[in-house]
Amino acid sequence: MNTLYFIVQQTMFFSIPLLVVALGGMFSERSGVVNVALEGIMVIGAFSGIVVINLFQGVLPGQPILIAALLTATAAGVIVSLAHAYASVNMKADQVISGTAINMFAPAFAICVARSIYQTQQVPFQNQFHISKVPFLGDIPVLGDIFFKNTYITTYIGFAILIVSAFVLNKTKFGLRLRACGEHPQAADSVGVNVYKIRYAGVMISGALGGIGGLIFVIPTSTNFNATVAGYGFLALAVLIFGQWKPQRILLAAFFFGLMKTVASAYSVIPLLSTLSIPAEIYKIIPYAATLIVLAFTSKNSQAPRAAGVPYDKGSR
Amino acid sequence: MKKEHNKKCSLLATESFGSFSASVMAVLVGLLFGLVILLLTNPSQAVYGFKAILFGGLSDMKNLGQVLYFATPIIMTGLSVAFANKTGLFNIGASGQFITGAFAAVFVGVKVQSLTGVSHWLFALFMATLVGAFWAVLPGVLKAYCNVNEVISCIMMNYIGMYMVNLLVKNFVFDVRKNQSMAVAKTAVSPKMGLDSIFKTGYSTSSVNAGILVAVLAGIIVYIILEKTTFGFELKACGYNREASRYAGINEKRSIVLSMMIAGALSGLGGALLYLAGSGKSIEVLDVLAAEGFNGIPVALLGLNHPIGVVISGIFIAYLNVGGFNMQLYNFAPQVIEVIISVIIYFSAFALLMKGFIMRLAKGKEEK
Repeated sequence: MNTLYFIVQQTMFFSIPLLVVALGGMFSERSGVVNVALEGIMVIGAFSGIVVINLFQGVLPGQPILIAALLTATAAGVIVSLAHAYASVNMKADQVISGTAINMFAPAFAICVARSIYQTQQVPFQNQFHISKVPFLGDIPVLGDIFFKNTYITTYIGFAILIVSAFVLNKTKFGLRLRACGEHPQAADSVGVNVYKIRYAGVMISGALGGIGGLIFVIPTSTNFNATVAGYGFLALAVLIFGQWKPQRILLAAFFFGLMKTVASAYSVIPLLSTLSIPAEIYKIIPYAATLIVLAFTSKNSQAPRAAGVPYDKGSR
Repeated sequence: MKKEHNKKCSLLATESFGSFSASVMAVLVGLLFGLVILLLTNPSQAVYGFKAILFGGLSDMKNLGQVLYFATPIIMTGLSVAFANKTGLFNIGASGQFITGAFAAVFVGVKVQSLTGVSHWLFALFMATLVGAFWAVLPGVLKAYCNVNEVISCIMMNYIGMYMVNLLVKNFVFDVRKNQSMAVAKTAVSPKMGLDSIFKTGYSTSSVNAGILVAVLAGIIVYIILEKTTFGFELKACGYNREASRYAGINEKRSIVLSMMIAGALSGLGGALLYLAGSGKSIEVLDVLAAEGFNGIPVALLGLNHPIGVVISGIFIAYLNVGGFNMQLYNFAPQVIEVIISVIIYFSAFALLMKGFIMRLAKGKEEK
């Protein structure tokens, strides 16, 4: 039973960042702007958040620092995403180009800044945010063990983001307009929706969630930040496509991938698997190979937002 | 006098001049940004550092040779990404194709000893090209027949390729002491073709080799395929409009798979050229994706997806990188170069708009 709890807890660490960032990507792409900059946005978010933690650790208690870091990461993500929004909305540029530029810019910029502040490119931080047991809820049998022990506050924030995102996208006026801009911006414009504004909003939400996602990826998995999020931004992009641009499916995709990743990294503590003498590399391949296989069978009707990647030009209506 | 003036203006109004000057502007903005960063981090050394960036690659023949050496792999992955782009595919999987190709080359270089002379090298290149193409088959097939977005399958293939190569290196060509692949046989190393006697300073030679010639040749071949053959036209047509190409009698599924395979072949060959360069580089067993694959994306974009443009932009980016190495003398982070390149790429995305602006400006003058 303990192994099961462990697997679920580990899965959270891998899945929640993917979930949050992929949801961010969803807002951008459903509004019609392809966002390959997620990796770069995550790096900037993580970097700014970790710097805040580094500055305040020891001064403030753990959870308030985490909240401050999360807010900083959100703001930093939004600022970077504005560069992407400006290029793809105002300048009608190729959205892959500005995304690639941001992906290249972010780690380089983080290293340059880190070197001028700390003399080295690594930013260390103390992990004081681990919650070994949530009061009361952690005492519930089984469920308490699974969801409320050995956890981080960020896990619950991730689920909250999922619920809010699904609600906003599917149940609000803004969500309807956003989806319209991603499918047929000309039609949206003709009934008085400001396509430029909506697309800006979509990209900025993706910046905010990307920044948060970067920080919550780094905190549980490391104790220093070295200007990388290990390709998780690209994986989030994959989760977004895997989840067919829909919140519920993104949740499934993120957890499917996170579970596979957990099995791959923790196979040695899983009784059945540890007895087999299979090389570690084979386990590491499993998440990626499994995703490919699932995709091959489920993608037949997958359809990206119709206008994603196409700059909207009022004149060509 | 007035007539001559008019002539000059109409030259300014041509399209190619417009896109050229837009690129120059992007480069200038990028360099300016780099200078600002240098000034912010260390004002007293900034001017020296900036000089190193601008002229480091040209400072002597050895550095110039290093520029060509660093340009070789990124030209190949740049060509790979550009080729896929031209045919409507986003090949983000160059990294996996690159490293699997590299492994094939190293494997042939270490294990196949019956071949002598330059044929050993050529065989290693051939196998790398084949394996690179093979690594791109699955994303192509999944895209054509199962409607799987090539971006996601390419990302998955990158990781699968990296772990697979790590496993294979460990099992077949492992140098335990250095935690990397064994050195390849001398016959498998790229010939120097006299380039080392040109690009050297004193007795210190650069790592440049026949690889750069192969890369340039690959650029020319890609250009011919895309622009001068029916086959290339079909591939491009599928990129513009899949349905219309099918209606016109093109086998669009076959075209997608072939486009991916050619893109993969170019990346795989790039992997071989880097690891057979004879500069002592071996495949390290690390859980890190090959950066050369991702660096191909900016090279392709900066080269406007044109094969010849890619060769030039690859050399340009390598030039900046060599300048960046020299700049480290003044205690700057070499990442300043990446900041500069990313700003250049960002502003080159505005090329279309800037081009229109420049052309309007030139035309406006003409009317006066």
